[in-house]
Amino acid sequence: MIAQLDYQSLQQLWWLLCSVVGSLFLFLTFVQGGQTLLRQVTTNEIEKSLVINSLGRKWELTFTTLVLFGGALFASFPKFYATSFGGAYWVWISILFTFILQAVSYEYRKKPRNLLGAGIYELFLFLNGSLGILLIGTAVGTFYTGSNFRLSGYNLVTWTHSLRGLEAAFSLFNVSLGLFLVFNARTLGAMYLVNNLDFNDTPGLESRLRSACGRSFFCSLPFLLFILGNLLLMKGYGIIDDQGTIGLVTRKYLGNLLANPWLAAMLVGGLLLLVIGVFKTTGTDSTAGIWFGGPGTVLLSLTLLLLPAYNKTAFYPSRADLQSSLTIYNASSSPYTLKVMTYVAIFIPFVLAYIAFVWWSMDRKKITVEEIADHSY
Amino acid sequence: MIENLDPGLVNWSRAQFALTALYHWIFVPLTLGITWIIAFYHSIYVRTGSMEWKRLTKFWMKLFGINFAIGVATGIIMEFEFGTNWSNYSWMVGDIFGAPLAIEGIIAFFLEATFFAVMFFGWNRVSKGFHLFSTWMVALGSNMSAVWILVANAWMMHPVGQEFNPDTARFEMRNFLDVAFSPVAVSKFTHTTSSSMVLAAMFIISISSYYLLKGRHGKMARRSIVVASVFGLLASGLSAFTGDEAAFEVARNQPMKLAAIEGLYEGETNAGLVAMGLINPKKKVGDEQQPFSFEIRIPYLLSLLATRNVGTFVPGIKDLVYGNPEHGIPGAAWKMERGKEAVAALAAYKQAKKAGNEEEAARTRATFEKNREYLGYGFLAQPEDAVPPVAISFNAFHVMVILGSIFPLVFLAYLFFGIRGGLEQKTWLLLPGTTMFFLALAAHWAGWIVAEVGRQPWAIQDLLPVTVARSNLTSSTVQTTFYMFLALFTILLIAEVSIMLKQIKIGPEEK
Repeated sequence: MIAQLDYQSLQQLWWLLCSVVGSLFLFLTFVQGGQTLLRQVTTNEIEKSLVINSLGRKWELTFTTLVLFGGALFASFPKFYATSFGGAYWVWISILFTFILQAVSYEYRKKPRNLLGAGIYELFLFLNGSLGILLIGTAVGTFYTGSNFRLSGYNLVTWTHSLRGLEAAFSLFNVSLGLFLVFNARTLGAMYLVNNLDFNDTPGLESRLRSACGRSFFCSLPFLLFILGNLLLMKGYGIIDDQGTIGLVTRKYLGNLLANPWLAAMLVGGLLLLVIGVFKTTGTDSTAGIWFGGPGTVLLSLTLLLLPAYNKTAFYPSRADLQSSLTIYNASSSPYTLKVMTYVAIFIPFVLAYIAFVWWSMDRKKITVEEIADHSY
Repeated sequence: MIENLDPGLVNWSRAQFALTALYHWIFVPLTLGITWIIAFYHSIYVRTGSMEWKRLTKFWMKLFGINFAIGVATGIIMEFEFGTNWSNYSWMVGDIFGAPLAIEGIIAFFLEATFFAVMFFGWNRVSKGFHLFSTWMVALGSNMSAVWILVANAWMMHPVGQEFNPDTARFEMRNFLDVAFSPVAVSKFTHTTSSSMVLAAMFIISISSYYLLKGRHGKMARRSIVVASVFGLLASGLSAFTGDEAAFEVARNQPMKLAAIEGLYEGETNAGLVAMGLINPKKKVGDEQQPFSFEIRIPYLLSLLATRNVGTFVPGIKDLVYGNPEHGIPGAAWKMERGKEAVAALAAYKQAKKAGNEEEAARTRATFEKNREYLGYGFLAQPEDAVPPVAISFNAFHVMVILGSIFPLVFLAYLFFGIRGGLEQKTWLLLPGTTMFFLALAAHWAGWIVAEVGRQPWAIQDLLPVTVARSNLTSSTVQTTFYMFLALFTILLIAEVSIMLKQIKIGPEEK
């Protein structure tokens, strides 16, 4: 079956796969969201340790998903990888910095003689959860608002803005997307912690987490509505002829939604699931909010990543030179490589299956104060 | 193709990548090796049910965790730096190089990341069997991630299974199996993992020796030593064997690197191997200076190792730069001419295609095809640019080999006294034993320097020099991030060492 896939189908398939990985990453940013809630929802060291230990058992999964997102983009859309990373240098370096800080903070925070003290490692975790996610959102926003680069005849990139990617933060749309992701991560973080912790010894923590979930969701709403409103109204970068010429198209993304009703359905479904997750966490005693909020985030993110790429759209538009814009058709790997990668992608369901099994095995019992005394972060 | 080449930018980009790789390479080999030993300890605990073995397993696991975190932190930078600092490279070879990285993510990283949490926190959460299985999966996952990154690295040294596509101006994959099972990849992986096992065994021996000297945790230390020395001894043998294979592949595919690591300026028939020597760092190819102040050579051995035949000619740096018609070796100068023809033909081809002149396009493409294998040489300014830093390569190689030859003797001594008893009294062995980890680390670093400095000036052997591979940044930008990384990694390294030393001082949990 894979052998029969034509080049265009492979390109679309690989954008879908990259988007799925990216969407799963955004779901898993509940870890980052939880990190930013740490000071807000805990009142003592025991509660803090409980929260850190719960998040600390998942941080690597989020981190690995981000690494895979990068690797998959490199393999399937190398022109995007080269253009964006090599061009928007400061954005990516800043994001990476916050992830380096995260990677050591769980392990080092409570260890004796950790040089910087627990407070600094907690600050690192906060920076990763706030600045890191804000910048990722801002970078994703450029899929819609465009970036400042030119490609040479040999497809080598020259960035035309001296801030090298940080200028994306001057766009209200990009920043709104970043802030939505930050608050959504906090919403998910609270949902996850409600689901994962045993509150018998820390009853106050549960109610603080439940209200933090509601507050974060309400903070995220204006940004989400601003983004959705803009998406329906804004001009977009589309392929306007058979030669692959890129041009500005009025209400391009609205057009994409209408042309692909399944995208609109995913968007509505995602929002609905997110709202159900928030309601279950804030309005009932249920601990299952994350199983609605998580998939809701995946559907919502998937829509946001597919919308600027499918239906003859440039997913990485250039504001400096429209014809340098990247589409999934001019930025992908060769058909041979995409085919090889598709065979490898057969492993993905197995990977997801064992992750789900391990998650279930480890989280059947909720994390208790007693348990973290044995081995803890 | 490449305008405004800034040598400062290239060197800062090199420096930043070297810095991150060097830091990464402090932690990763230990992770690769120690996971197997921990899995072994864990298996003994599950089999015997002995709480001693459980304590021992948990102790080494704790040290592994501290080391693992910073390895992950430096690893993410490595992956993304291909894009941020080597974006031309990322575009030109992403079609081939990206695939192993993605496969690494799908197959290996998730295995490691998922089971890592079970390994550390599963003691009372999952069954003993599943817990042990998870520990083995962490070992397998971390080593499988090494497979794919080394496949990618090996491809850079020996770019098989690819073809340059003038239309897209990039190298494209033509045969995945050639890339994945290239003999260079096989020898690289086996040599890296076996020497990582040596390093991990030395880590355990060094810390256990400290405990024996201090008269603490004697039983745990002895048990750890016996298992680690058996493991280390076997790994040393494997490392020597695979190292020989790796050198053989270097001789076949990167003759300039071989000449550099041996300090061989003039090619020789029946070439001898320099067992030890003081190389002249000021010597340049073509000048009259002596390459060595002194050297001890083992006759015939270099020819034997390089070609499996004592009587063959091994080309020296001079032969490879200026050519040697007698032995049919083309020089870099000749290759540069061909390379420049390839570069010019590519530019003409692109222009003809743009103008819609198919006849001219066909003609220029034919010229390009004729010269394509020398494409990279077209970007060199002079033939001498094809020579890597000889003194660094030579010294690193010899440090690696000399240290690697000492390690089996150390393992043997530890195993002998560990089994016979009385190890606690062998201060003459235990005292130097505490430093063995650092020597093993030095050997690892030296190995990395051999691989990466010895292959300069190439990002992709013969096809893409490092100067072309870089991103279009300003050197001050990269200089700034270099110092940012230097400061951050140094702070984190100090924190890691400090935490590790404290944990070693605390030792395993009491009964």
